Amino acid sequence: MSQAEGTTDITTGGSSGIDDRKNATIRYVFFSCALVTVLTTLGIILVLVQGSIEFFQQVSIVEYFTGTEWSPVIRPRSYGVLPLIWGTLLITAGSALIAIPVGTATAIYLSEYADPQVRKVIKPTLEILAGIPTIVYGFFALSFITPIIQRVFPDTGTFNAAAGAIVVGIMVIPMVSSLSEDAMSAVPDDLRNAAYGLGATKFEVSTRVVFPASLSGVIASYILALSRAIGETMAVTLAAGMHPQITMDPLEPIQTMTAYMVQIGISDVSVGSIGYQSLFAVGLTLFAMTLLMNLFSLWIKSRYREEYQ
Amino acid sequence: MSTSNPFAEGTEDIARKRLIGRVFVAICFASTLVGIVALVALIVDVLYESWGWVTWEFLTYPPSQVIENFLPGGRGAGIYPAIVGSIFLIALTAVFTVFLGVGAAVYLEEYAGDNWLTSFIEANIANLAGVPSIVYGLLGLAIFVRGIQLGSSLIAGALTLTLLILPIVIVSTQEALRAVPDSQRQAAYGVGATQWQVIRDVVLPRALPGIMTGTILSLSRAIGETAPILMVGAATSLFVAPDGLTSPFSAMPMMIFEWATLPEPEFQHVAAAGIVVLLTILLLMNAIAIFIRNRYDPRS
Repeated sequence: MSQAEGTTDITTGGSSGIDDRKNATIRYVFFSCALVTVLTTLGIILVLVQGSIEFFQQVSIVEYFTGTEWSPVIRPRSYGVLPLIWGTLLITAGSALIAIPVGTATAIYLSEYADPQVRKVIKPTLEILAGIPTIVYGFFALSFITPIIQRVFPDTGTFNAAAGAIVVGIMVIPMVSSLSEDAMSAVPDDLRNAAYGLGATKFEVSTRVVFPASLSGVIASYILALSRAIGETMAVTLAAGMHPQITMDPLEPIQTMTAYMVQIGISDVSVGSIGYQSLFAVGLTLFAMTLLMNLFSLWIKSRYREEYQ
Repeated sequence: MSTSNPFAEGTEDIARKRLIGRVFVAICFASTLVGIVALVALIVDVLYESWGWVTWEFLTYPPSQVIENFLPGGRGAGIYPAIVGSIFLIALTAVFTVFLGVGAAVYLEEYAGDNWLTSFIEANIANLAGVPSIVYGLLGLAIFVRGIQLGSSLIAGALTLTLLILPIVIVSTQEALRAVPDSQRQAAYGVGATQWQVIRDVVLPRALPGIMTGTILSLSRAIGETAPILMVGAATSLFVAPDGLTSPFSAMPMMIFEWATLPEPEFQHVAAAGIVVLLTILLLMNAIAIFIRNRYDPRS
């Protein structure tokens, strides 16, 4: 930085070479902090890919993606990941069935109908749901949700996919409701007033003007919620069990990709064993699925965003 | 004007339109209640299950496999090593994240030019925030535990949690830095301050409350995380609190997971008692964050 003669100087020596070098050094220190985030991504990819390569040297990639039996640790061994993917998708679909309608309706209520004072209380209250540790949801599923399911369907076991889907659904409601509400509140009042001027009712304004106008933000919130459900770990491990199988029955126990990783994590598998390597293959599959969804969400948001002045 | 009015149909039957409107509001309101009711049910359930189990002994004794020890008149058993483990873990994580998170945010807001590298780093941070926490656990396991041979230690757990919450801390710190008015920076430059002096003496002090609020909220997320520390190898059967960076550690969510999976039904109450302790600490951290925001943050 150049300095004019005679300015008031709060530095001790003005702009000397030492100062320039010091500033450059500081800049590099800050830059390396930012670089840590890039290294984290590289580290994740490297670790997952390297572990997966070791895994696929022993297991055929075709068997991994087409096999319908998953039992990499217990004999007879088989390495078909489909039951784990199925378990994950079952939980994700079930939680979406709860979180998407409930979250969207909540967002419409908060954005279009609720008194601003009410909204100021309800929105942060709902966001508490997102701040509760997922292990607590797992406990809630075991001690509250599953007993209710068992009262309706007495044959249900302690672990079942339905309880897992329900608690994950509850957990992601605030993601859908808060992000959708943000998108709906951003729709300018001019659009609402124009519709009222044409004789629209408040219901019509909400569903045929505000909702379509905020669609890109709303859909992005859905995808983020789904991606969160896919990666959800402790609640589904506790609620849905450790039984990898392809079933349509939500009252059966299942195992998600994340729950399998927990199962290996708490057992004593030795480094270099096939069980240890399978962690990284499953981890890479999970990482790829969530990454695709997150990128898709960003793309929708930027591609279909309506700009309002 | 030949465009027809899209809202003209059905206007003969106003009563029907009104009814649809009322039903719709009722549905939307009921949906809003779903989340609230679930929250209340969860809290009541945890309090009910833990009633009478959160005792002084529970807070001050190490865990036990025998349920009688948790009962009044037993030898005493509880969550003590896990409380200390969690506090150490979060304190270490705080040191690492404040340094890295504030450094990265200052670089992005104050130094970085508007170029491809900056947008790449920012897009990368946005993506990292969406990576499931258990994947960070795998990273910690492969790099910190095995790779640089830290073992299943306190520091390996803290480094893993640091990487996990770093994206959130960076984003919230960026927001706090952005809220410092440019005129203050210009005024400092105007009296001859170097960029570093502007950041150290003007920007950071002004942004400090915002940075602290964001960091504490992120740490309160880290303290409840189970999956990453489970992969790193947090223990569930430790009887002493950790006494060094490389000593094995236990943590509250890990103990809750252990108790919740035990077959004896009484351990459900022990798990609930652990949850009460965890949620209380979480609540305290959030209260501190909100207090700092309301008291010191110029934005509020």
